[in-house]
Amino acid sequence: MMKKDFVLSCPVPIIDRKNIVLGHGSGGKLSAQLVRDLFLPAFDNEYLRKLDDQAVFQAGSARLAFSTDSFVVTPLFFPGGNIGELAVNGTVNDLAMSGARPLFLSAAFIMEEGLAMEELSRIVESMSLAAQVAGVSIVTGDTKVVNKGSADKLFITTSGIGLVPEGVSLSASQVRPGDHIILSGSIADHGMAVMSVREGMEFEGAILSDTASLYPLVEAMLAAGQVHALRDPTRGGLATSLCEIASSASVGIEIDASAVLVREDVKGACEILGLDPLFVANEGKLVAFVAPEDSAAIVKAMRRTDHGAEARLIGKAVAKHRGMVLLNTEVGGTRVLDLPFTEQLPRIC
Amino acid sequence: MKYLDEYRDGRVAKKIVDEVKRSITRPWVLMEVCGGQTHSIVKYGLDKLLPEEVELVHGPGCPVCVTSLEMIDRAHAIARRSDVIFCSFGDMLRVPGSNGDLFKIKSEGGNIRVVYSPLDCLKIARANPEKQIVFFAIGFETTAPANAMSVWQAREQAIDNFSVLVSHVLVPPAVTGILNSPNNRVQAFLGPGHVCAIAGWAEYELIVDRYQVPIVITGFEPIDILQGVLLCVRQLEQGRAELENGYSRCVQREGNPSAQSMIERVFEVVDRAWRGLGVIPQSGFGLRAEFQKYNAERIFDVGHIHAVEPAVCMSGQILQGLKKPLDCPAFGRQCSPENPLGATMVSAEGACAAYYNYGRHLANVEALVEKS
Repeated sequence: MMKKDFVLSCPVPIIDRKNIVLGHGSGGKLSAQLVRDLFLPAFDNEYLRKLDDQAVFQAGSARLAFSTDSFVVTPLFFPGGNIGELAVNGTVNDLAMSGARPLFLSAAFIMEEGLAMEELSRIVESMSLAAQVAGVSIVTGDTKVVNKGSADKLFITTSGIGLVPEGVSLSASQVRPGDHIILSGSIADHGMAVMSVREGMEFEGAILSDTASLYPLVEAMLAAGQVHALRDPTRGGLATSLCEIASSASVGIEIDASAVLVREDVKGACEILGLDPLFVANEGKLVAFVAPEDSAAIVKAMRRTDHGAEARLIGKAVAKHRGMVLLNTEVGGTRVLDLPFTEQLPRIC
Repeated sequence: MKYLDEYRDGRVAKKIVDEVKRSITRPWVLMEVCGGQTHSIVKYGLDKLLPEEVELVHGPGCPVCVTSLEMIDRAHAIARRSDVIFCSFGDMLRVPGSNGDLFKIKSEGGNIRVVYSPLDCLKIARANPEKQIVFFAIGFETTAPANAMSVWQAREQAIDNFSVLVSHVLVPPAVTGILNSPNNRVQAFLGPGHVCAIAGWAEYELIVDRYQVPIVITGFEPIDILQGVLLCVRQLEQGRAELENGYSRCVQREGNPSAQSMIERVFEVVDRAWRGLGVIPQSGFGLRAEFQKYNAERIFDVGHIHAVEPAVCMSGQILQGLKKPLDCPAFGRQCSPENPLGATMVSAEGACAAYYNYGRHLANVEALVEKS
């Protein structure tokens, strides 16, 4: 059997997808392809072209940040939060990553026929509380009900407007080689909290989602020193945010694996499922690119806030291997962090 | 994390690497058999830590990669049926058959579920009595006990709407096949730790004796792998060929007898087609006669589906350790995880995917570092 030379085997390549697959929503390469090949050419304009999490534009004498996000999570309630809190904090954080003070939100609800009123009311209450904590008002909205089976219980879309303070201009394009990279706390908590209660993979434990408004943290950082760019590493995790910055700022990035905080229980859950925490979602963390001379002061200021108490330096932007993120591994090796193609799949062994 | 961090300690890694450097006097070719080991090697950059005399080639031990195209097409034919809930391990969803992958079938309305344990399928079967629940039972000796248990339990619990599509493969016939190949370059093996935890190592002693090749049963953490390399190099340098157990915290000579007896009760050894390698005699498990009632291939009559694997890429040679991913002209160009041409690019554990994800740019990076 193996004595002859091989007739080599190959499956037929699949490039063109005729239908939307889940990977198109993963935040990885398929999502990027969809944006690049479909939405960007159709809607093309100078704001969209930046591919930031929010658009920043001039309105009279004010500079406004504008962002939108849809929330689809199963189950609606998970340890540490629910879809309503995510919907408020998610858009608030997208605004805050431009340095903007979030002001107003809209909220649109697509409800599946049969959704329990009690669940909806708990979700709306927690949105109200989250908005209060974040200092935003939900000033407009919409509701739609669809037939049973046409949606998964409840989808929420929020949009938000924030005011960018005078002199603040955060963008990947401000990132320079030499910048220090600061992470505000532990990673992968949210993704693993949701995973822990998903059907078919329930595991015991108390992993809580980190969902939180990050504006107070951002405010403290801006006051402490020169911040060049901020990202909240949600879908696709820390690695995806770093890859996006490396590519759009055209810098190299070097990260120390041992400096990145992953809680023990989260690490354990990731090990069991064969997932890499660097690619797992967060909902209350940020990664910052800051001027090296200010990084100590910024970390110090972050540590005085509720959501930055475990802030730490995790790496640097460099002038070599531009566009590429390298991870220095715990054992002294090096590996490349690349955008995932689609969502991470649990490995068989 | 306890019991893991100790095996990822940079200082210990350096000590072992230094010891390898002291021991080695000439080039040697080692093969790590398991996909999980390949994954660790590239994830932690271990190949870059070792002296250049150590050449690591990547073996056929990725269960997703070696599942034949034909079997995947059969799985897809079943998964497309509206009366079926098709259950699979996660990374199988992305493996392309002749016409798309399970994600595509899902997007077209197929009811596809990812499970962590085949026993979850029994729960799904009880909850959906009007549906047929089919589990794609793939993997090496490691996944066989739980897969066998699901069939056993289905019979015990009289669950009639559950069946399995079996494509189990075995490590020793693949290792023997590699050693029999006239082009074989492999001089020692890092043996499959978790497979041996189930099956024990008696069969590997026979291989060591027959082929006079060192086999060191090796775990999956960076320190395990470096230790396995060191033990292999010492044997080769000293002219020994022995079976050594470098993974004693998990593996005993007799393996796990209760797991073996579960396999024995449900499965028998059969000929099996491997993607990229062709049919290897007596290289897999199939259901025993008394469990044919649970054989999805029969129930859904998909045995007639055949697929011809077109000759385009070199994944067969990569699975045998004859070539490395970077030797392939298609690597990173026509062939990538987005667009896998071959089995080894398909799974995260496949050698090509592992290289692509973690090591692809290293040559490039080194060149840049030198310039700057």
